[in-house]
Amino acid sequence: MKKEFLGYERPKGAPGVRNYVLIIPTVICSLGVATTTRRVLDQLGESRGMVRVLNNPFGCGQVGEDLEQTTRTLINTALNPNVYGAVVVSLGCESVDAERVAREIGTEKPVELVRVQDYGYGKSIERIKESVKRMVKEASKLQRRSFDVSELTIGLECGGSDWTSGLVSNPLVGRVSDMLIEAGGSSIISEVPEFIGAEHLYAKRAVNDKVRGDVMNAVRWYEEWLKREAKVDFRGAQPSPGNIAGGITTIEEKSLGAIKKSGTAPVKGVLKFAERIRDKGHYLMITPGYDVESVSGMVAGGAQLVLFTTGRGTPTGHVIAPVIKITANRDTCKVMNDFIDFCAADVLEGKRSIDQAANDLYELMINIANGKLTKAEELGQEDFGIFRIGPTF
Amino acid sequence: MPRALRIDSRDNVAVLLEDVKAGDLVEVVGQEVRDYVTAVQEIKQGHKIALVDIPKGSYVYKYGEPIGIATRDIKRGEHVHVHNLDSVRGKVMNV
Repeated sequence: MKKEFLGYERPKGAPGVRNYVLIIPTVICSLGVATTTRRVLDQLGESRGMVRVLNNPFGCGQVGEDLEQTTRTLINTALNPNVYGAVVVSLGCESVDAERVAREIGTEKPVELVRVQDYGYGKSIERIKESVKRMVKEASKLQRRSFDVSELTIGLECGGSDWTSGLVSNPLVGRVSDMLIEAGGSSIISEVPEFIGAEHLYAKRAVNDKVRGDVMNAVRWYEEWLKREAKVDFRGAQPSPGNIAGGITTIEEKSLGAIKKSGTAPVKGVLKFAERIRDKGHYLMITPGYDVESVSGMVAGGAQLVLFTTGRGTPTGHVIAPVIKITANRDTCKVMNDFIDFCAADVLEGKRSIDQAANDLYELMINIANGKLTKAEELGQEDFGIFRIGPTF
Repeated sequence: MPRALRIDSRDNVAVLLEDVKAGDLVEVVGQEVRDYVTAVQEIKQGHKIALVDIPKGSYVYKYGEPIGIATRDIKRGEHVHVHNLDSVRGKVMNV
């Protein structure tokens, strides 16, 4: 089992497995300026493949905890080890405090702030362009060097689950999580609605009573919120139509299969959405089961890579983190080979042991950490989402 | 012979590892006890087959835990899914 990977050193915190310059619109109103600037840089050959834009659809008409959560997601995505530096693009009148976003990012890495209302469209693009070009030039000088795997944090995700997920691919991910935890690294599981019916099994592994209580409270909070807001039975959302066609009948059944991703490691704590992991170990983060948002929460929490199991098949990735797609469904391996990174159908067929598959997946994970692209990256999937917990004004 | 996987000894359903037709004899694997059950209807791969009679109102067990309640009397060998199995936690009681 490899104990090292090749990463990019950062001035503060863990090393990255990628090296991006990130353009962050603090509100949807400045998203167009951000994407146009990126397009211009790409066309001029100035991006060197290192520039990304956070596809932020929010940032205004929000208050309270919900506004804080959106703000935290923007800041902590920029603080992910895979990001070299960021250019924050504000409109100038939005609910999100853009100065604060830039200030907090600036405590750990290079950052610049451009307000569209200060310059207009064309001059804003010019200023963002110059800042990004400067950062790309500096970031390009960095070379990968060797780090211990204990510097890795992985997100554990499932999406488009079916009957194969709980039987093979989730337990497989749980093995790899356990291997990394044992080597001193960290992992995050999320998707709290997919703990309903299985939370008691997970809570037993909490390191103390407080964490146990936090786990049970997180599930209870989410379940009560869903019942209050949805006013109808969960079937159709949890489980989804694809889950149902694929053999999963109830949320309890889905959850019992989903928690297998967490392996056996003790649970060190419960994180808010997009809250950064502080100490090493295994954590639960409060996110929806909604794939792009749950992955985004964990990446903002510090995950440099994500292990993502699927049954029905889904191509999603994340804008600044490699998402490794794993399935044990033979049909999905065949038909959707162009976005599956690891096929474990042979484990289900009894041709490869789960232990061998875990070693193979761990090895692939290290290769991807070292720079091998996931299929989602090759396909240009730049997914990003933010979990809303309040109304839009 | 088609096989179905019983994950835990407490389970009263097993997961079909291939499609079966009505009348197919299915070998139940996964536990030490050797068991065979006849599928009474067509059931798709990955779906659940009842290993015993499950009366309406009683729990269905998979992974050794309750996954919901039978909404109809279920006979050994029947397909267990949305038409006869309902979630407990995922139901919203309309006041």
